Amino acid sequence: MRHMVSVLVENKFGVLARISTLFAARGFNIDSLTVSETEDSAISRMIIVVKGDCSILEQVTKQLNKLVDVIKVNDFNGAGCIERGVALIKINVTRSSRTEIIKLVGVFRARVIDISQDSMIVEITGDEDKINAFMKVVMPYGIKETCRTGFVALGGGHLAGTK
Amino acid sequence: MLELSGAKILIESLLKEKVEVVFGLPGGQALPIFDAIYGSTLNFILTRHEQAASHMADGYSRSTGKPGVFIVTSGPGATNIVTGLGTAYMDSVPIVAITGQVATSVIGQDAFQEVDTIGITRPVTKHNFLVKDVKDLAKTIKESFYIATTGRPGPVLIDIPIDVQRAVHEFVYPKEVEIRSYKPNNSGHPVQVKKAVDIINNSERPVLYVGTGVVISNAESEIFEVSKKADIPVTNTLLSIGVYPCDSDLSLGMLGMHGTFCANKAVQAADVIIAIGARFDDRCTCKVCDFAKTAKIIHIDIDPTAISKVVDVDIPVVGDAKTVLKEMSVLIEKKERKNWSKLINKWKTEQPLSYDRNDNNLHPQYVIEKISELTKGEAIIVTEVGQHQMWSAQYYKAKRPRLFLSSGGLGTMGFGYPAAIGAKFGNPDKEVIVIAGDGSFQMNMQEMAVAVLNDVSVKVVILNNQYLGNVRQWQEMFYGKRYSHSCLAKRKKCPQWCNTPDRNRCPVYVPDFVKWAESYGTLGIRVTDKKDVIPAIKKMIETKNSVVVDVWIEKEENVFPMVPTGSSLDDVITRISG
Repeated sequence: MRHMVSVLVENKFGVLARISTLFAARGFNIDSLTVSETEDSAISRMIIVVKGDCSILEQVTKQLNKLVDVIKVNDFNGAGCIERGVALIKINVTRSSRTEIIKLVGVFRARVIDISQDSMIVEITGDEDKINAFMKVVMPYGIKETCRTGFVALGGGHLAGTK
Repeated sequence: MLELSGAKILIESLLKEKVEVVFGLPGGQALPIFDAIYGSTLNFILTRHEQAASHMADGYSRSTGKPGVFIVTSGPGATNIVTGLGTAYMDSVPIVAITGQVATSVIGQDAFQEVDTIGITRPVTKHNFLVKDVKDLAKTIKESFYIATTGRPGPVLIDIPIDVQRAVHEFVYPKEVEIRSYKPNNSGHPVQVKKAVDIINNSERPVLYVGTGVVISNAESEIFEVSKKADIPVTNTLLSIGVYPCDSDLSLGMLGMHGTFCANKAVQAADVIIAIGARFDDRCTCKVCDFAKTAKIIHIDIDPTAISKVVDVDIPVVGDAKTVLKEMSVLIEKKERKNWSKLINKWKTEQPLSYDRNDNNLHPQYVIEKISELTKGEAIIVTEVGQHQMWSAQYYKAKRPRLFLSSGGLGTMGFGYPAAIGAKFGNPDKEVIVIAGDGSFQMNMQEMAVAVLNDVSVKVVILNNQYLGNVRQWQEMFYGKRYSHSCLAKRKKCPQWCNTPDRNRCPVYVPDFVKWAESYGTLGIRVTDKKDVIPAIKKMIETKNSVVVDVWIEKEENVFPMVPTGSSLDDVITRISG
């Protein structure tokens, strides 16, 4: 099962290393990770996506909480959080497939950001399912390269006190 | 306004923390610190190896309950302490470690004696700090002592670059610590405490499984009270020996791989296990999926990560052992559990710990029994790691907690001797005896210089079987007696492979521990006969200075009972068959 864990940490050097060392040492696999400063420059937010059963998530959460530089850990799993990731996808195009692909881009509310004779780069923003779905439909045209970000996430309006 | 160099700020801060003794070894990138120690009132003890400094601080801490402190230099100084930090981290020992570091201007340039100390020590410390600005130094030291000693204790390292040691700043030692991201919780949640007590009150076959946490929080009287009131038998771990009086009817002895028959039986038959300050180590649980299958498990621990890490827990209570036990003891019903006691007594008498007491050969268990009797269980016993450690755990009857010190989690050979020296610095009036194997002792025996030169008397009993005995035992039992590199007497001229050791035919053993002791100006005694054991131990205890007693024990004596790796606690082996 996929879990999205939000971690508020002290914005100090070495904190990312502490977190990644913890994951490596305990044998937890990180699927994706984003780190950025919050509105308070002394605090960073990390969004860590891990896969595993609930007991793994429980250990991950507790181990994160145990780190001295970790202020708050939230499990966003299925709790109405808003998540967004970005993917850049370079797709093979031919004269005949170009229009078709542009139509698909429109359906997914993605954007074409680069275009050449035989390829096209599409930027798509959304949650993991949406990005995966788009990748799946353009797969038959031939994907040359992709680059995806980790996810950013916030608890929705009703999820008070996530900070 | 008092302006001091970083090095002086460090020394003044340690004095403010009332640090009684600091162990360590100087080096290039720590020279300003050592210059500041010169002429200060800080009691600094020069060791012969940085690793030993870390174990001395550890032994001091385990025996006194106060944080241990050591100072070493950068590079090899820092890498040499990793074993000591790992040892302390696994066993939750509060330590503040100080390392010198190259100047901030050259960090990352592969400077002379530069290593990424913070990176290397991160997994073996509770927390670590690189101090890049002298203005942060005093606050960092205050926080380090606070983090090391609160919650689940552990080692904290402060890495101080040489330019920070030299830089000058106003010295104000903070009175309070406020770390917004670190707030250990001591008292248990009342709802959880209530749930736990309800289960205990309704149980028929409960067992208290007490670990190091009980030693750390000094909760021995609370454990005693709860167990007596509700008639609950108590099993201990290697690190909580002495927490519960071993002569009590309710004492089951040690649990696990080399635990007693009755402790293992009781755990497997229990309907409730109340684990307190214990972490379900694999040496205790053995095969996890078969561990206490019929029992509900209540786990009281200050470290939430310890709960449900290995064994699924029914009722978790996060909090300090002493505080939670006090909360529980009010609610626990007075009760007698006659059937349960009867069963336990049956197991106790059926298979007590035993060896051939009438045999004239020199059995190691006999030596430990005699040490136990002659010291009345009042001495501080420090062990190394191996067979002798398990025999000591089985046969030394420690009267109180903090009288049996051993490297449990990491199993560090070479820990015992320096840790004992550290323990003696913290307890100058107590008898401190190291029980060592001949293998382990050779890992840090150079520290005898520290004992001798500082007039610190530490007694060493070497149970000498000329083997890495534990390795040999496993090779005998599980590797077809193929004694690969476990014989410490083996010379070039020996047959390539040999499993028929005979003291009379084997080459002369080196070192001669008696001569070695004499070379430090201390007494060395060799014991090769059972009848000389008691006189030698008496002589050792009477002697004011350090003594080394080299006891030539049965070479192929094994540790039993034993639960082999991968077996459940039900499958206890009591001897090698056929």
